[in-house]
Amino acid sequence: MLTIRLVEEKVAVIYHTDAVKSPVHLSIGQEAPSVAVCAALEKNDMVIGTYRGHALYLAREGDLDAMVAELYGKSEGCGRGKAGSMHLGDKSIGMPHTSAIVATGMPNAIGVAFAQKFKKENAITACFIGDGAVDEGAVSESMNFAGLKKLPLLIIVENNQFAIHSPISTRMPRPNFVERAAAFNVAGASVMDNDLDSMLSTSQAAIDHVRSGQGPFLLEIATYRWKEHVGPGDDWALGYRTKEDASPWFENDPLKLCGERIAADRRLALESKVKEQITRAFDRAEKGTFPDPAEMWDNVYA
Amino acid sequence: MPETRQLSYGEAIYEATLQEMERDPSVFVYGLGVDDPKGHYGTTKDFHERFGPDRCFDTPLSEDTMTGLGVGAALMGMRPIHVHQRMDFLLLCMNQLINMAAKYHYVSAGQWSVPMVVRASIGRSWGQGPQHSQALQSMFAHVPGLKVVAPTTPYDAKGCFIEAIRDNNPVIFIEHRLLYANKGHVPEESYTVPFGKARVLKEGDDVTLVATTHMVVEALRAREQLKTIGIDAEVIDLVSLSPIDTETVSKSVNKTDALVVVDNGWENCGISAEVIAKVAELNPTNFPKFARMGFAPVTCPTTKVLENEFYPNSTSIAQKVNRLLNEDQGNSWNPVPMKATEIEAFKGPF
Ligand SMILES: Cc1ncc(C[n+]2csc(CCOP(=O)(O)OP(=O)(O)O)c2C)c(N)n1
Repeated sequence: MLTIRLVEEKVAVIYHTDAVKSPVHLSIGQEAPSVAVCAALEKNDMVIGTYRGHALYLAREGDLDAMVAELYGKSEGCGRGKAGSMHLGDKSIGMPHTSAIVATGMPNAIGVAFAQKFKKENAITACFIGDGAVDEGAVSESMNFAGLKKLPLLIIVENNQFAIHSPISTRMPRPNFVERAAAFNVAGASVMDNDLDSMLSTSQAAIDHVRSGQGPFLLEIATYRWKEHVGPGDDWALGYRTKEDASPWFENDPLKLCGERIAADRRLALESKVKEQITRAFDRAEKGTFPDPAEMWDNVYA
Repeated sequence: MPETRQLSYGEAIYEATLQEMERDPSVFVYGLGVDDPKGHYGTTKDFHERFGPDRCFDTPLSEDTMTGLGVGAALMGMRPIHVHQRMDFLLLCMNQLINMAAKYHYVSAGQWSVPMVVRASIGRSWGQGPQHSQALQSMFAHVPGLKVVAPTTPYDAKGCFIEAIRDNNPVIFIEHRLLYANKGHVPEESYTVPFGKARVLKEGDDVTLVATTHMVVEALRAREQLKTIGIDAEVIDLVSLSPIDTETVSKSVNKTDALVVVDNGWENCGISAEVIAKVAELNPTNFPKFARMGFAPVTCPTTKVLENEFYPNSTSIAQKVNRLLNEDQGNSWNPVPMKATEIEAFKGPF
């Protein structure tokens, strides 16, 4: 969680240099859902994420150097520069490269879960979506199929209350995700308190449910995006939400509260170790090589 | 294998699927109605009984999401075959096909691939009208990462279908409903027909007549009509629409010095334009006489008299060729029409 926060803060700091040259959707403030769910997943499980994917990639223990290099468009990146921030992924961590089209990962997640069930792998698929994605037909259609076939699928709705600047109230007449899931025979639970322990225990229970063959599960986790929808800055001046609205989320920041539970000297040691790794990753990315222009032609077809 | 073994186009697809499902347990077939009593013109008729409901299953009416299901399963190394009753319904799948299926391999620098087949039937016949008859091959051929094939003969149907299943990319496999009953020689053993190869069906010296899917049947009839006035047409079935085999077409054009392309689709931004452009690129200085044909640039009307106007037919193709070769004759030649039994025979109900 600390790594994610510090990496993204570093991205925000260096963004003005234009080293990244691509949109970034930061997860600062909403790292905890990815961290909690991934802590309860097994290595052979699969995860499907979104363009807001730095947190998931790192929570899944994706290679930090390869991520930063990818943001820098270098050939050491996890997509050799063809992916960029919006399409992180790596086969070695069971994470297909993510999509920047809202909700499109969800139908793929049911396909992955279908294959896991078909092959009788004792593995599950965790698909992360935002509250905005739930507006899309693909999510309802996917839940319908997952419920029908009792797929080993965990859907995590990271409810940060907004799709870009549109609040849920302008998008849904009855914004009850667990209830929607129930209509498709998908079990569900919500964690609304922004508490890491609640997220951990509920994730574990949800994953146990899915892994034991009882069918899919939708886990809603209330969270809050601190930064603007896309880009490194704050957006309180836009007026679609206020800093006052956000203050409980700052106060209950899972990272801060978690840090307070660790002895100060240990925490400092941890922080300096993480900072060192991050500095090294950005250094390496700076010094990395851009792909040869001829690489544009690679991998059009398998 | 004696040339006498005859199968219909539909039977060829059935046999190809059956042999691949037996060979490779990761192949599965799904889509609306694939396990119903009609089994998509018999092409999927008993797979659910032979291989069980995990390997051949009906789906909810959720075309885009069901496409995504196949993409996800393909990421996991399975080989899905998604069957659509009409090509028109693929418009609901564009998001998954173009934004997802076509992208995974490239964006991951080769880490993932999507070995998936999407079967699309062009539904022309007997009043299918504006939304049940469309031929949208150009839309798919436009997109890097997708392959598009449209075989015409039963032999190519089987070979291309097996090739499509084994290909590690998403393949749009275009069938024409009026071809299903066509019979032809099909070897019993498994074989593949490589993509990117056009097929010279009839040799000739006077004009190169390139056609796609059902228009190949019309072109072959036009060839007979042209014979009566001493024009010897070489008929090429393009078979593979992305990639396109420019070499075979170009070689033929070098011999005939005249090119007519008849696509089973609209002309604008279409396959016919693409073929002509590619041939031109290969022969920039010595370009032959050329013409193209396709559907009328209107919505396909339902009533028969207007529908007849909408599609090229052997007579209109033969006349076009004649006008190209013998400009002086204008529109005066009216060949004896040929019977198009596959068009007349079909009486629905769907
Ligand atoms: C299909 C589609 N429609 C619209 C967009 C533009 N868009 C990008 S992110 C976004 C908001 C999505 O909100 P949510 O799912 O809650 O995720 P969040 O960004 O809050 O993490 C929108 C509308 C898109 N990328 N794809």
